[in-house]
Amino acid sequence: MGLTSNENVSALEPAVTKQTATITEASPIRHTSYQVPDNPLVVIAPTKSWVALNLGDLLTYRELLYFLIWRDVKVRYKQTALGAAWAIIQPLFTMLIFTLFFGRLAGISSEGIPYPIFAYAGLLPWTFFSNAISNGSSSLIGDSRLITKVYFPRMVIPIAAVGAGLVDFVIAFIILVGLMAYYGIGLSLNILMLPVLVLLLTLLATGVAMWMSALNLKYRDVRYALPFLIQLWMFASPIIYPASLVPERWKWALALNPLTGIIEGFRASLLGYRNFDWKTLTISAVITLIILIYSAYTFRRMEKGFADIV
Amino acid sequence: MKPIIKIQNLSKRYRLGGNGGARYATLRESLSGMMRAPLAILGRKGRASRPELWALKDINLEIMPGEVIGIIGSNGAGKSTLLKVISRVTEPTEGRVELYGRIGSLLEVGTGFHPELTGRENVYLNGAILGMKKEEIERKFNDIVRFAEVERFLDTPIKRYSSGMYVRLAFAVAAHLEPDVLLVDEVLSVGDMAFQKKCLQKISQMRSHSNAILIVSHNMIAVRAICEKVILLSQGQLAAAGRADEIVPLYEKLMLENVKTETVADEREEGMGIIRVKSVRLVNRAGTEARAFDTGESMKVVVEYEARQRAVSVVAYAAIRRPDGFICMGTSTRLEGVVLPPLEGPGVVELEISELLVIPGYYIMDVTFYDENFEFRTYFLGRKQISFQINSSLPSLDDKYGVFYQKHKWNIDDVNVNSPAHR
Repeated sequence: MGLTSNENVSALEPAVTKQTATITEASPIRHTSYQVPDNPLVVIAPTKSWVALNLGDLLTYRELLYFLIWRDVKVRYKQTALGAAWAIIQPLFTMLIFTLFFGRLAGISSEGIPYPIFAYAGLLPWTFFSNAISNGSSSLIGDSRLITKVYFPRMVIPIAAVGAGLVDFVIAFIILVGLMAYYGIGLSLNILMLPVLVLLLTLLATGVAMWMSALNLKYRDVRYALPFLIQLWMFASPIIYPASLVPERWKWALALNPLTGIIEGFRASLLGYRNFDWKTLTISAVITLIILIYSAYTFRRMEKGFADIV
Repeated sequence: MKPIIKIQNLSKRYRLGGNGGARYATLRESLSGMMRAPLAILGRKGRASRPELWALKDINLEIMPGEVIGIIGSNGAGKSTLLKVISRVTEPTEGRVELYGRIGSLLEVGTGFHPELTGRENVYLNGAILGMKKEEIERKFNDIVRFAEVERFLDTPIKRYSSGMYVRLAFAVAAHLEPDVLLVDEVLSVGDMAFQKKCLQKISQMRSHSNAILIVSHNMIAVRAICEKVILLSQGQLAAAGRADEIVPLYEKLMLENVKTETVADEREEGMGIIRVKSVRLVNRAGTEARAFDTGESMKVVVEYEARQRAVSVVAYAAIRRPDGFICMGTSTRLEGVVLPPLEGPGVVELEISELLVIPGYYIMDVTFYDENFEFRTYFLGRKQISFQINSSLPSLDDKYGVFYQKHKWNIDDVNVNSPAHR
């Protein structure tokens, strides 16, 4: 059976196959169809301190990115009884608990809209973000066998981990649509900003995930520090409370957290009850890009040592 | 003719961590390292004190299109590091490599296979990881499945595959890569004999697709069979290069010398730990334990094991290997229809060899327990190797006379000359 392909080949390239049959008679002249190019396709040399981002490489490997995302999505809920329902359960139950404790008992302002939908509109991007960075940060370690065996741009791995989270994000979005219908909240023109906000959020998650994954490979401390950091980050972002609740003189500190502009933007975009805070949103976008570029360079710089330190 | 791979002054240095084998650092260590760093720069001491290892040193090599090259050398000689540098998995410390073709590597069969995914899904995933395009995988899908002989289990998660099926599928995907240069690392040592043969056949076929093949192997039989040119690495350096029939004997000689200089009590243990081979004792005809035997003498191999969990369908395997890995003689309980009961706790298995018919030299008794079903991940349940020596009363009997020294007799006219080893 295995010979089928050989037969095809021998039909096409009789000269080459004939050679195979006479291995032992080491003939100095070989007929090969391969034309060696004048310039090398790849030059392998130690990288200097300056590192190119080499994003073209990422484009060449986009199919691998697709397959890795597809793998992560497929594998995530295998052998779970509830399957993809987990994508909904997580933000939904957090929302219910938050509504009870922060909305009812603590009476935190929700800027005039029902607290459940206020919280959910913030939890939706947050859940995606926190899952993306925690899955992303462990992604390189999880795929360490790939790293030590095959070449491909390693960036693909954390990016795929973030990309796979987008699927959960879309599923969880359905609940939001239901809540909006229940509370009778219609769409406004603000919704047009949603794709931009999702993009910003994804870029921020990618930046943080890339950075954390590279650090995690070198310093296993990240594994312990990150859950704690994520918890802090949640309270430092306007998820259970509106940004307007923060005293004026501390506003600048909140704005330094790029999630502030993005999550506030999500609410404004989805619920349409107020206008965008363009200033904060711009700051968030700039910080997001800074984090992304910094992470990408850091990742590239550390990448060459990955196979040796795993 | 122009080379397809050009390697110039290639060196690769590893810094060995001082923290007991843990290669990744903790933040605390790095921070304290940073604190010391200013002093270290002044004194130039901090760096030098860390042990270094040159896995590769000043390698210069040109590989021509169409060449099939074997890379041999003892463990730690730098063979795998060389392939890793060429396949861009790790970066060189010095020197450069110019690649004039697409590289495909077969560094480990089944890289990236996910146990939860089905056979079909893994073919796509694995193909993409190895650098195939989706359209290319689709085109070759049927060939891959047919080669692997897993048609019926395509939609079964591969965690339910036997290890034989797993390895076949993994090899099939990798074997259908059509790179300009193929790098192969020890894949020839997977699976059973029949499958190894199939792998070798496929690699021979791939010679017609690929324009150069680099093979790292400890299997000298395979190297001799498929490589025209052989490169011998020793401690990261290129020790010799040339035709297989010149270099392989050189290496074998080197290996034999190493074995001789090592203590005879040399033992090696490996396995998954389900069954531990506690001891392998070689008992001579006088009934005492020995490490040196004469050609033609009997040998009893007494294997003490301990099954840490109940193990069913276990096969005991024993082989006499040469130091280069060549199996002179092998046998298993399955081969001869001997059925082992389910093993639990400690026990003893004995193998009696009535006559050792191999030429004088150093050998290894390889005792392995494995699962009859070749269950994935538990391929070797337990294994132990122990070295021994064969002597002969014939001083000039050596490998010039082959592998075996069979019981025989010369008849010349009416004079009978008996073989002295088999009186």
